[in-house]
Amino acid sequence: MKNKGWLFLIPALLLMSVSAFIPLMTVVNYSLHYIFSGSAPTFVGLENYVEVLNEPNFHDALIRQLIFSFMVLLVEIPLGILIALAMPRQGFGVAISLVLLGIPLLIPYNVVGIIARLFTQSDIGAIPHFISMFNYDYNVALHSADAILTIFFIDVWHWTPLVVLLTYAGLQAIPDAYYQAAQIDGASTWSTFRYVTLPKLKPVLILGVLLRFMDSFKIYAEPLLLTGGGPGNATTFLSLHVARKAESYELGYAGAVSVIYLVIVIAFSYLFYQVMTHIGKGDQ
Amino acid sequence: MKKRTIALIIYFIILFVPIYWMVITSVKTDNEILRELTFFPKQITFQNYGEIFESPIWRGSFANSLSYVFINVLITLMAAIPGAYAFSRWKFLGSNQLFFWLLTNRMAPAAVFMVPFTELYYILHIYDTCWAVALAHCLFNIPLAIWILEGFMSGIPKEIDETAMVDGYSFPRFFYKIFLPLIGSGIGVTAFFCFTFSWVELVLAKALTVTNAKPVVVTLTVGIGAEGVRWGLMAAAGVLTIIPGAIVVYFVRNYMAKGFALGRV
Repeated sequence: MKNKGWLFLIPALLLMSVSAFIPLMTVVNYSLHYIFSGSAPTFVGLENYVEVLNEPNFHDALIRQLIFSFMVLLVEIPLGILIALAMPRQGFGVAISLVLLGIPLLIPYNVVGIIARLFTQSDIGAIPHFISMFNYDYNVALHSADAILTIFFIDVWHWTPLVVLLTYAGLQAIPDAYYQAAQIDGASTWSTFRYVTLPKLKPVLILGVLLRFMDSFKIYAEPLLLTGGGPGNATTFLSLHVARKAESYELGYAGAVSVIYLVIVIAFSYLFYQVMTHIGKGDQ
Repeated sequence: MKKRTIALIIYFIILFVPIYWMVITSVKTDNEILRELTFFPKQITFQNYGEIFESPIWRGSFANSLSYVFINVLITLMAAIPGAYAFSRWKFLGSNQLFFWLLTNRMAPAAVFMVPFTELYYILHIYDTCWAVALAHCLFNIPLAIWILEGFMSGIPKEIDETAMVDGYSFPRFFYKIFLPLIGSGIGVTAFFCFTFSWVELVLAKALTVTNAKPVVVTLTVGIGAEGVRWGLMAAAGVLTIIPGAIVVYFVRNYMAKGFALGRV
């Protein structure tokens, strides 16, 4: 009776049907209708999808989102690995480091937004104050580049600790014997890292890449609080684009964007998963 | 000191500059915040904290947030522990597909589900209650919990289950008396991550509450964006939002690093 596995999953599946499956089907249903408050929804087939795919605002939000998420991965994953390698492996430093790493993760998104505003407000902020010494007028409300970079640094600050925690967990799980063997073979620091550590870290790194990819794709509160998606549309990421449409009750359109969004993020996650599981198979 | 220890210390200092900044802003006077940039408050005042503790709105929203986070962590664990057990012990029909489907829910942006959740919870008569937010947060916490717990459970050899059965343990008794204590640290870590993700979430918590169950993250947002924001008050409330989590983190610190060490992926 291998299939009694399903029995154990009943509570989880019941909850997921209420908090995931039914809402998702509702969204799919919206996406196939033209909905305008006050009148009955009309079935329009894939018309909403055609509209979304032809809209320049959607293209811009998507490209912005992809660039942002790839930048996040390119910086946070290597930085996270480096910091995890520098962490103490035993002694009282371990507990202290772990608690310190955990704290930024616990700050609610909008508190992060408040901190960002404390730093960037043109009247009270520390960053505009210091940068003005270099004759540069830093202003997130006016300069797109300032706003995008600020959000990028906020994300790196807030979430690199998660990558460190994951990688550190992976490092702790590598038996010392592997390093001793490498030392006896006279391996350099780099080749020990490349051929012993990195392959062993693969499972946690896959997890880290996937989590950071999905979550950075969802980025919402930081740009909303910093500049409301501006200046112009410079920091209107995909989630913000969807939320705007949903808030203005363009439910059919918002539904179609959401479904396309999900397809994209699932496709990329699946791709990362496949690529990362197949890379360096020979190393192990 | 070794070079990498110094690098690590520098990293931690950078990591804590923003938090330090928020803490000192919270104890500055409004006048000092607006007038000049100071690295140490010239005059320390706890007026902002006092105001929060005296206000029923702030107190109420802290209580609301803690309630839905605790409800969420409890129901997530109750559903995810048996679920993760199933994934760790048996490879059943469709188990891999089901596991991936669960993960895809972690990928869905909360903004997508805002409207359907509102409609659904209206029908269930739980809109604007802590239950609505707690249930909605299961969307991302149950997949994560199953993911982490499955890793811990796979680390426990199957022989332990079999030996217990041979020794005449009934399944529930084995599960409660033997298995759960073995994965205690896993449950602690899972609880920490579920707590974190539910505590920091803003979009759904905001969409599903109006007044009765208004969480602290929403009370905070009200003050931002407007002209003449009371930064000191916002900073004080921000500092207070870190404290419950910091307590949790202190208790699970030794297990935290193990959380993702093993696992299906």
